[in-house]
Amino acid sequence: MKRLIVTLFLLLSLLAAGACAAPVPVAEINPGYVYIGPVGDGGWTYMQDEGRRAVDAAFPGLKSTIVESVGEGPESVPVMERLVRQNKSKLIFAGSFGYMDYVEEVAKKYPDTIFMHVSGYKRADNVGTMFGRMYQPRYLSGLVAGKMTASGNIGYVAAHPIPEVIRMINAFTLGVREVNPKATVKVIWLFSWFDPGKEKEAAKALIDSGCDVLAMHADTGAVAQAAEEAKTYVIGYNNDMSQYAPTMHLTAPVWNWEKLFSPIVKQVADGTWKSEAIWWGMKEGAVDLAPFGPAVPEDVRALVDAQKADIISGKQAVFTGPIKDQSGAVKVKQGEAMSDDDIWSMGWFVEGVIGEIPN
Amino acid sequence: MRLRAEKRIDSPAWMPAVTAALSVLLAFAAGGVFLYAQGVSPFEAYASILKSAFGSGYDLSETAVKALPLAIVSLAVMLCFTMLVWNIGAEGQALVGALAAAAMVRYFPLESKPAMLSLMALAAMLAGGVWAGAAGLLKAKWNVNEIITTLMLNYIAIRLLEYFVYGPWRDPSSLGFPMTSRFIDSARLPALWGTRIHMGIYALFFLTVVMEVLLKRTRFGYEIRVTGDNARAARYAGMDYVRKVAGVMFLSGAIAGFAGMCEVSGLQGRLQAGFSAQYGYTAIIVAWLAHLRPSLSLVIAFLMGALLVGGEALQISMGLPMASASILQGLILFFVLGGEFFQNYRVRLDFSRVGRARRSRGDI
Repeated sequence: MKRLIVTLFLLLSLLAAGACAAPVPVAEINPGYVYIGPVGDGGWTYMQDEGRRAVDAAFPGLKSTIVESVGEGPESVPVMERLVRQNKSKLIFAGSFGYMDYVEEVAKKYPDTIFMHVSGYKRADNVGTMFGRMYQPRYLSGLVAGKMTASGNIGYVAAHPIPEVIRMINAFTLGVREVNPKATVKVIWLFSWFDPGKEKEAAKALIDSGCDVLAMHADTGAVAQAAEEAKTYVIGYNNDMSQYAPTMHLTAPVWNWEKLFSPIVKQVADGTWKSEAIWWGMKEGAVDLAPFGPAVPEDVRALVDAQKADIISGKQAVFTGPIKDQSGAVKVKQGEAMSDDDIWSMGWFVEGVIGEIPN
Repeated sequence: MRLRAEKRIDSPAWMPAVTAALSVLLAFAAGGVFLYAQGVSPFEAYASILKSAFGSGYDLSETAVKALPLAIVSLAVMLCFTMLVWNIGAEGQALVGALAAAAMVRYFPLESKPAMLSLMALAAMLAGGVWAGAAGLLKAKWNVNEIITTLMLNYIAIRLLEYFVYGPWRDPSSLGFPMTSRFIDSARLPALWGTRIHMGIYALFFLTVVMEVLLKRTRFGYEIRVTGDNARAARYAGMDYVRKVAGVMFLSGAIAGFAGMCEVSGLQGRLQAGFSAQYGYTAIIVAWLAHLRPSLSLVIAFLMGALLVGGEALQISMGLPMASASILQGLILFFVLGGEFFQNYRVRLDFSRVGRARRSRGDI
């Protein structure tokens, strides 16, 4: 009996030791970044690469490697494998949802490398997931849009009908209706993350249909450009897109990937990394709101700043009832807050959204 | 004085080999200048491409993984091109093949691997065949341009795939993300030798032999070549033009559909939005560089796979952006395809009076 207890104890302590990886010298981490688009997309991938640069600067001796425009299919497997094999990467950031199955496949084969999958939900001993609560600044940008629209018609160019994008449209619309209960948000799907031509066409179509403020969820600055040309207000995404729309840019929910990447690199260096689901918001600085454009008046700025402070302090959650769906049915009761799981897997539109989720 | 290109009537036997070697050398030289301008040593860069493509068993296997669908699809388009029927839609045919295979997994799941895989392959070939055959029939009966129809059918295939993965086939446990459930084990093509190369490679070798025999040694092969050279003569000789064109397109689509099934069953294990790696288009270049010869297309597909692998290698080991890698790939293809031109045409400076006279008459 005693022997059994000792054996069990030994086994357990072994397991505990196994759960935490050994520290890795910074010069040997060689983080590899797998990007869905080109670094020059001016949006999603551009911001991830800005984050990588900041991390490189913060950890002297760290040598990172990137691979751009990696398709979300089996072709991503050899890219990750080569990062491990040739580049000796001990840490890989896979920067888009569609890599999920392939991250799982490669991670199984290389247990000594840590994989961080952006926006996914499958985890393993050496696979963690990470994302930002972008719906928080999205909601704040909705307040701006609701205040700035004259016609009450707001357009939204959206990439794919998946929970991430649906969640953003909902948060944005909640913001809009908070300050402008009659306004509506019209959605056009692109079925693509990166297609500047299509993004611009969709923006033009929304402007032609009477929208006087545009918001967008795609990887490039094409919508902002179209809005500037048509002198229509626009809310960017990913990064401060005022360079594409100097006079019409109102604000943008933006990423600060450094705040997500950097702690991971630190954990790997210290040997304290463990597999978890990271979902950080404005409080941690992972996401933020870009500076206001010249057109945003003082009272709107004050309103948004006040709510921003409440979100950061935790006094206010974006998805708090009453929330109704498109048919007017109550989905979240007065005073109730949605759970993270429900927010994560959102598959329905809130009241005020004009558009359909294909199913 | 003007530059004139004349078709070579007959070229010496050494010509193809020499032009190919020269074009590749020139391609690498031009690429070298480009790499040097990027601040990268061309020798190191080429060494890293070669090492990544052929350096180890693993590297060779990954090059083969890239080459496999290219080779199968190039066989598919080759069949049509021999007949001078331009099937640009192998991409879409592969997609509907994958779609049909996934449909079998969803609606008729079988325990036995051989049965499940055969069912998937049959469905994929039928779907790809019908997709291309329809364009073939339109072409044969009413002379509808097959380049346009096959190309347009690609877009329809993409939308169809999106409809299913976003809609009725979406995995309920995927939290709303557009993909089907994972295939059952019996629907997965086994991988070989501890690599990602799957059993489709046996099918490829088999198909290559069949195509080689079919095109060179059978009456069917003869007839499609004749039909390609001169459709009117073929009709006069009693060959059924409509059946021939529609049939060849069907076969071509069936092979492409099979390639789609291989990809989805061998590598992906589920259907996902955005499924496509542009094999359908690259395979056209492969078929062309292989001079429409099935056995040669195996080699060309492998080299093309190496070139694709090299693009990734340049990013990882040389820190070059993807755009530079693409430019290098483009340069190499440009020179190799350009070399083909010089093989078929003689270019010379024309100083003659006749040349001037003909030009002024507007003959040239």
